[in-house]
Amino acid sequence: MTLLDIVLFLPAIGFIIGLLLPRENNELIRRYTLGFSLVVFIVSLGLIGAVAANPGESSFVTDKVWIEYPSIRYHVALDGLSLWLVILSTLLTPICVLISWKYIQKRCKEFYAFLLLLEFGVIGVFVSLDLFLFYVFWEVSLVPMYFLIGIWGHEKRIYAAVKFFLYTLTGSLLMLAAIIWLYNKSGTFDLLLLTDMIQKGRLALTSGESFWLFLAFFFAFAIKVPLFPLHTWLPDAHGEAPTAGSVMLASVMLKMGTYAIVRVCLPLFPEASREAAPYIITLSIIGIIYGALVAMVQPNMKRLVAYSSVSHLGFVVLGIFTFTQAGIDGAVYQMLSHGVSTGALFILVGYLYERRHSLEISDFGGVSTPAPWLSTVFVITTLASVGLPLLNNFVGEFLVLQAAMQVNILYAVFAALGVILSAVYMLWMVQRTFYGETPDAVKHHVTDMTGREWAAMIPLLILMVWMGVGTQSFLPPIRANNQKTLEMVQPQAPAVAAAETPARHAGEVRHAH
Amino acid sequence: MPTSFIPTAADLLRLSPDIVLTAGGALMMVIEPLTSAARKARMAVIAALLIAAAMALSVMAYSDPGTSFSGMLVVDGFSTFFRILVYGCGLLTVLMSVDYFKRERGSESGEYYVLIVFSLVGQSLMASANELVLIFIGLEVSSIAGYIMAGYLRDDKRNNESALKYFLLGSFATAFMLYGVAWVYGLTGSTNLDTVRRAILGGAMEQSGQMLFVATALMFVGFAFKISAAPFHVWAPDVYQGAPAPVAGFLAAGAKAAAFAMLVRVAASAFFPLTGRWEMLMWATALATMIVGNFAALRQSNIKRMLAYSSVAHAGYILVAVTAQSEVGIAAVMFYLASYALMTIGVFAVVTLVASKGERFVEIEDFAGLVQRQPMLAIALTIFLFSLIGIPLTGGFFAKFYVFKAALDSNLTWLTILGLLNSAVAAFYYLRVLVVMYMKPAAEGAGPVDPAGIGIKAAIVASAVGTLYLGVYPSAVLDFAGKAAQLVK
Repeated sequence: MTLLDIVLFLPAIGFIIGLLLPRENNELIRRYTLGFSLVVFIVSLGLIGAVAANPGESSFVTDKVWIEYPSIRYHVALDGLSLWLVILSTLLTPICVLISWKYIQKRCKEFYAFLLLLEFGVIGVFVSLDLFLFYVFWEVSLVPMYFLIGIWGHEKRIYAAVKFFLYTLTGSLLMLAAIIWLYNKSGTFDLLLLTDMIQKGRLALTSGESFWLFLAFFFAFAIKVPLFPLHTWLPDAHGEAPTAGSVMLASVMLKMGTYAIVRVCLPLFPEASREAAPYIITLSIIGIIYGALVAMVQPNMKRLVAYSSVSHLGFVVLGIFTFTQAGIDGAVYQMLSHGVSTGALFILVGYLYERRHSLEISDFGGVSTPAPWLSTVFVITTLASVGLPLLNNFVGEFLVLQAAMQVNILYAVFAALGVILSAVYMLWMVQRTFYGETPDAVKHHVTDMTGREWAAMIPLLILMVWMGVGTQSFLPPIRANNQKTLEMVQPQAPAVAAAETPARHAGEVRHAH
Repeated sequence: MPTSFIPTAADLLRLSPDIVLTAGGALMMVIEPLTSAARKARMAVIAALLIAAAMALSVMAYSDPGTSFSGMLVVDGFSTFFRILVYGCGLLTVLMSVDYFKRERGSESGEYYVLIVFSLVGQSLMASANELVLIFIGLEVSSIAGYIMAGYLRDDKRNNESALKYFLLGSFATAFMLYGVAWVYGLTGSTNLDTVRRAILGGAMEQSGQMLFVATALMFVGFAFKISAAPFHVWAPDVYQGAPAPVAGFLAAGAKAAAFAMLVRVAASAFFPLTGRWEMLMWATALATMIVGNFAALRQSNIKRMLAYSSVAHAGYILVAVTAQSEVGIAAVMFYLASYALMTIGVFAVVTLVASKGERFVEIEDFAGLVQRQPMLAIALTIFLFSLIGIPLTGGFFAKFYVFKAALDSNLTWLTILGLLNSAVAAFYYLRVLVVMYMKPAAEGAGPVDPAGIGIKAAIVASAVGTLYLGVYPSAVLDFAGKAAQLVK
């Protein structure tokens, strides 16, 4: 039993204990969930040391038989790619408890139970190295989110929840077919083993086969990301979800898609990935610009932030498919940054909703007069989100643009357009919401941030600055892991060059440290 | 040719579960009129004990597998698996029927349990017969008991309609099958599955290939009716909707499992040489069944009717594995039927409870706010519905997984993809029930659900635990199914 097993199964245990608590005592349930998720977070911090020391390899490996035949293994591990995503998940869960304290008044017990179940599902996705196990967690994480949206959401919540569920399920069923196909060919679900077999040519897939398999996996992941034109579930799901649901969805669940592309698609289907790259990059750039344009005309704040996610996640996919060190580093960094800053934006929009009971921008105005601190925090978060230097999103976007420039200058030009547009729609929203005349309704209802609300925001604000300035605290493990992925995806070099690679690789790793 | 007509001890042991059930059922009929109305509930206990005894005997019989009565009956892993499966379904049905008739008619009813026992004799014969005529006898015994059970509440119009439809269409379909058996006998000179197979291999195919194909097609009509495969499924929605809810569960789980057992055995033994010819037919039937079942279920507002169409769709998924025509496929069929039996009996048990006296609340809308009114019941129903969708950590997921794995093994790529897309469609109508249960407030008039009796509670808990067990540790059942699948041929 490693520390990682503990971090993975604690939320599941918390879920079961939560179900046993008395239904009527909401205060107890809130405190219990907050305490429990904080414990999970603190325990998960213990994972950092070992992974940072050896980021290119798997740490905390557990590889046990789950089902004898077909050979399904409980194989979990952590490396530089998954480390920060796990920490992000464990960090955001207690924050979600805090922001739901007042927001969720009906059916508390179920809400917090589902939140812990969701944490279990997403951590599982990030640590599984067995494709079957990965699929199990992928689906398990779907269920609590479905209920979070459907029970505690806004007006059109049921439509949004069902749409979300069916979209994701359709994609993942095709992925299931691809997983079974791979198993029938190779006799294993183990991702590392499969990667090894494909790299060494022991598992020969025809180019047609690997193209269709790649597509089946990529389709499932692209729906989750979501990549244009598969994004239509996202504005509905985000717009209708309760604040905590939006936060978990945007900050963690969307990353499942991009994470899985790096973890599964690239190593297993390097050639198909390279062939598809121009098309995927085109789609992601369309997504960047389209998301930004649609965000600009949204009258609803939550939907605006949702469309901004489509735009930001376009950067991530663009970065991955440049197949350069800077591109993938930037993409992974952007995943984390987006998790922090968009999560924070959803939280702040939620604060506004709790006060004014509206998400329409036109219902606000001049909020900075009654609530100066709330406005200040909102502006900082906005600036982070639009990629102001010294704040977190800048790093990722810069790296991605730099990589795009190396590959094709047109990519960089169009993607940079997205950065500019993001400043337009975000700042315009801030202007209309926080400045100008203060209507009476705002004056009467909007108060400044409470201690509990500060407690939820402070960790995120710290991270925004820290990730913007102290890049070296986060980037080295990511970089080391991406190097490995890149080696797999690059065209097979001639034998001489291949012999040199390990030496150079080792040198670079040392350098990175 | 048999040298002696006196059965040996081994013969008797292999038939012992059926003997016990038949004798016990007959005895129950004798003592039923003699018991006072207040004590009729004891008949359920007797029936449960008989079924448990039959289950134990079938396990004992498996210690010495082989054929008996001159190759008419075969005890192997396959038949033992299905015997235990149908007995299990019978046991759960007995449990969930306790109190049902008291609620509906004001008095318990002894004959009902006798009918379950007789129906199980038929189903167990269907699973273990190695002989077309014996299969037919088993089918008729099981069906006739089923016809009566479907119309058991004879004052209820819906029950009458259900029984009449089931009876008329059912006897029509079995007539087709009997006609097919007659053709097979005429062409091969035998009704024994092994002899038929040898005759086909030995030249019957060359001499009368076309006629043999007609014979199998005629038999397939009978099979397709019993497993409710399209286009012979039209009886299922009316019968399931009209029949008492526990009976509908029994028909969907036990009767269907036995029908699949007989289909698989006949297809994999006697007509195995004709595999190539069956494949196109099976392929099309499987696809049509999935599509018809799922798309019709989308439009239902009555939950029993929706579950009927869903059971049609599930028959389609199972047919995908039958189409694979491999040992992996047969193991997948067995695993699927086991997990489907658990989840479908569980769902019908919950429906039985929620429906209340006179089965008034059987619209999907009647489940509104169930999670507030009856949280435990709602959690159980959630498990069953997620299993029916095929969400991981439930038996339904592994069932689908093994079915589609078997199909891909046999290069049925398109059927797999279409089947998987079908199960995404299916998710929609199961989600509708979840939406109503969790996300809609209870209707004004909806009172609390009647307190559940101990029997039905036990049935629900057992099904839920079984569903989760198969979802986390499928190995035990699957290993057995895998071994049993090798013995069939």
